[in-house]
Amino acid sequence: MKDQMKTRKLRTAVMAISAAALSVSLAACGSSGPAGSTSAGSGTATMWGLTGGNQPVLQKSVAAWNSAHADQSIKLDFFANDAYKTKVRTAVGAGEGPTFIYGWGGGVLKSYVDAGQVEDLSAFIKDNPEVKDRYLPSVLKNGEIDGKTYALPNNNVQPVVLYYNKEVFDKVGAEAPKTWDDMIALVPKFKEAGIAPFSLGGQSKWPDLMWLEYLVERIGGPEVFANIAANKPNAWSDPAVSQALTKIQELVDAGGFVNGFSSIAADSNADQALLYTGKAAMVLQGGWIYQGMKKDAADFVSSGKLGFTTFPTVAGGKGDPANVVGNPSNFWSISAMATDEQKKAALNYVKDGMFTDTDTDALISSGAVPVVNGIENKLAASPDKDFLTFVYGLAKEAPSFTLSWDQALSPAQGDAMLSNLDQIFLKKITPEQFVSTMNATIGK
Amino acid sequence: MAANSSVPRAVRDAGPSGWLAVPALVFFLVFAVVPLAGVVFLSFTSWDGLREIRLDGLGSWATVLTDPVTGNALLVTAKIMFFSFMVQAPVSLLLGVFTAGGQKYRAALAVLYFLPLLLSSAAVAIAFKALLDPNFGLGPGLQVPILIQDWLGNSDLVLFVVVFVIAWQFVPFHTLIYQGGVRQIPTSLYEAAEIDGAGRVRQFLNITLPQLKYTIITSSTLMVVGSLAYFDLIFVLTGGGPGYSTRLLPLHMYLTGFKANDMGAASALGVILIVIGLGLALLLQRLGGKNRNASQLEGA
Repeated sequence: MKDQMKTRKLRTAVMAISAAALSVSLAACGSSGPAGSTSAGSGTATMWGLTGGNQPVLQKSVAAWNSAHADQSIKLDFFANDAYKTKVRTAVGAGEGPTFIYGWGGGVLKSYVDAGQVEDLSAFIKDNPEVKDRYLPSVLKNGEIDGKTYALPNNNVQPVVLYYNKEVFDKVGAEAPKTWDDMIALVPKFKEAGIAPFSLGGQSKWPDLMWLEYLVERIGGPEVFANIAANKPNAWSDPAVSQALTKIQELVDAGGFVNGFSSIAADSNADQALLYTGKAAMVLQGGWIYQGMKKDAADFVSSGKLGFTTFPTVAGGKGDPANVVGNPSNFWSISAMATDEQKKAALNYVKDGMFTDTDTDALISSGAVPVVNGIENKLAASPDKDFLTFVYGLAKEAPSFTLSWDQALSPAQGDAMLSNLDQIFLKKITPEQFVSTMNATIGK
Repeated sequence: MAANSSVPRAVRDAGPSGWLAVPALVFFLVFAVVPLAGVVFLSFTSWDGLREIRLDGLGSWATVLTDPVTGNALLVTAKIMFFSFMVQAPVSLLLGVFTAGGQKYRAALAVLYFLPLLLSSAAVAIAFKALLDPNFGLGPGLQVPILIQDWLGNSDLVLFVVVFVIAWQFVPFHTLIYQGGVRQIPTSLYEAAEIDGAGRVRQFLNITLPQLKYTIITSSTLMVVGSLAYFDLIFVLTGGGPGYSTRLLPLHMYLTGFKANDMGAASALGVILIVIGLGLALLLQRLGGKNRNASQLEGA
């Protein structure tokens, strides 16, 4: 009987131990996630970048830094745009974010600053004036919140421009539109020829926003959105907003946008494919798609069939036709949760590893305009000089460069705006409903 | 173990030691109960995922319950659940019965039917998105007029496209369940029926179906409760659009939590999702009758 008791106790103990071991190993699994900033060793800075046109440029830049500074190495990972935006916020909230936080400035940056998640870089750029001096001042300003610098530009200027396919324009005997009325007049011409007037990646929703941003800018000027971004009560009620929305719905009614635009995803570059295959005549998109088309449709771009121009003016509009909207640049912020070693490596990279001549040349040859001073000669020598000097001039001469609204607003407002704008394009709601719904989000 | 043979009867009848359940219990606690409690707690707070969590009483619940999008999401979920069941249940039952037969050609077909089971939802969604593309897809490519539709961009059509793609992916799984179920039915029942002069249809209705009662309940529970969890496929295929046409509850929860960064409201939606899921599972178990231990087999 005693023997039996002993066996049972022993068995019980073994079970308990193995159960405990199991749960310990489970816990270990949980904490050693692949991308955590802590697991890469406290000295190695971590960096998350975006896939796409600038990916190879960043890869080479970091590789060059790592081979020259083995003691301050940077571990680089890439994510797709939409997935990145979700992932980085969750990671930063959990204290597991990367040392280098890739961003757009605006409301999202402000939410990081409010939560104390990013480093104040004001002292750093004061001590290192050469860092500050290399940037275009208008772009650098977008990394400031309440007069302090929290983010530094890291790639190229990305205004939204109107691209068009010169070949199909020649086919129907049309010219690039200068005014909104020109644009509306082009719609039946292209439809008759069996070509969609405008391509649009409506499933991604943010391409819809470019239409609203430019129309409001041309009709009402930059103050309209400045008031919205400043959370002034009923700022969406400005007549420019409902006029712009009405114009969008008129264009939808006229059949201006390609068939099935609401199921086309911009993230898969399907919207630009419609342009260079000649299925659509024009697309309103960011400066970055030039890089994509240069890669996916090299002949189309190099043979000069790709046209580009500014967004047309609207009769009676108050906005300066030279004003632009889009992304002044992308930015690096430094995580406040990083170790001192990581921060040191990160700042040294920002100072000495970024925008080296090699980086700048690589950006230019990818079809992008780096946000640094004194590159006019380099741009003029590039095979893409027409587009690059156009974009550089656009950004430099613009009296106002409004940041993409979904980035400028808080995430909650931005998401509500994109969902409701989608409903406008689908004609499920009226401009009045849009305005009153959006007024309710002011201050959120 | 020599000692075991002389263990007293009471100890032996108690079955395996309760400690054996510990790993499973720990799993359940850590990955189900604790997060569940967390979600219930978060639903009474306001949190943007970055700043400190603030207690907010019923604020998030008020937001969620007054938002018309929530009602729409529930409706979309119910529609997808209903149509998915109506399509998948009969198709997989018939395919299951068909593939349970021993013939060689049926075995060969069964292998083909089960192929979609090997693919991940994201891969299925990406493939169908490419096939259904309004400009570069199958219809425009082959110039077949009937296939040239705005499959994923038409608010009236998209729901049925989604139901079809879900069925394409999940019918093989339920077919497998029914195939197993049918093979368990003793052949003597069919032999007896044949002697009594029952035809194929009679045999199916009076033997196969009643014998499959519990298989049907299992498969239906998985279908109905599973349709509350459709997320990956729809997220990649339509992103919930156009508009809110395919924004079902789990997707609405995800977008509220991780796109609009309103974790409080997203948690409230999560609680609603859990309550509905549990309710449906219980209901379906009830439908199976109380005496679930009764044998289905002959003579027992």
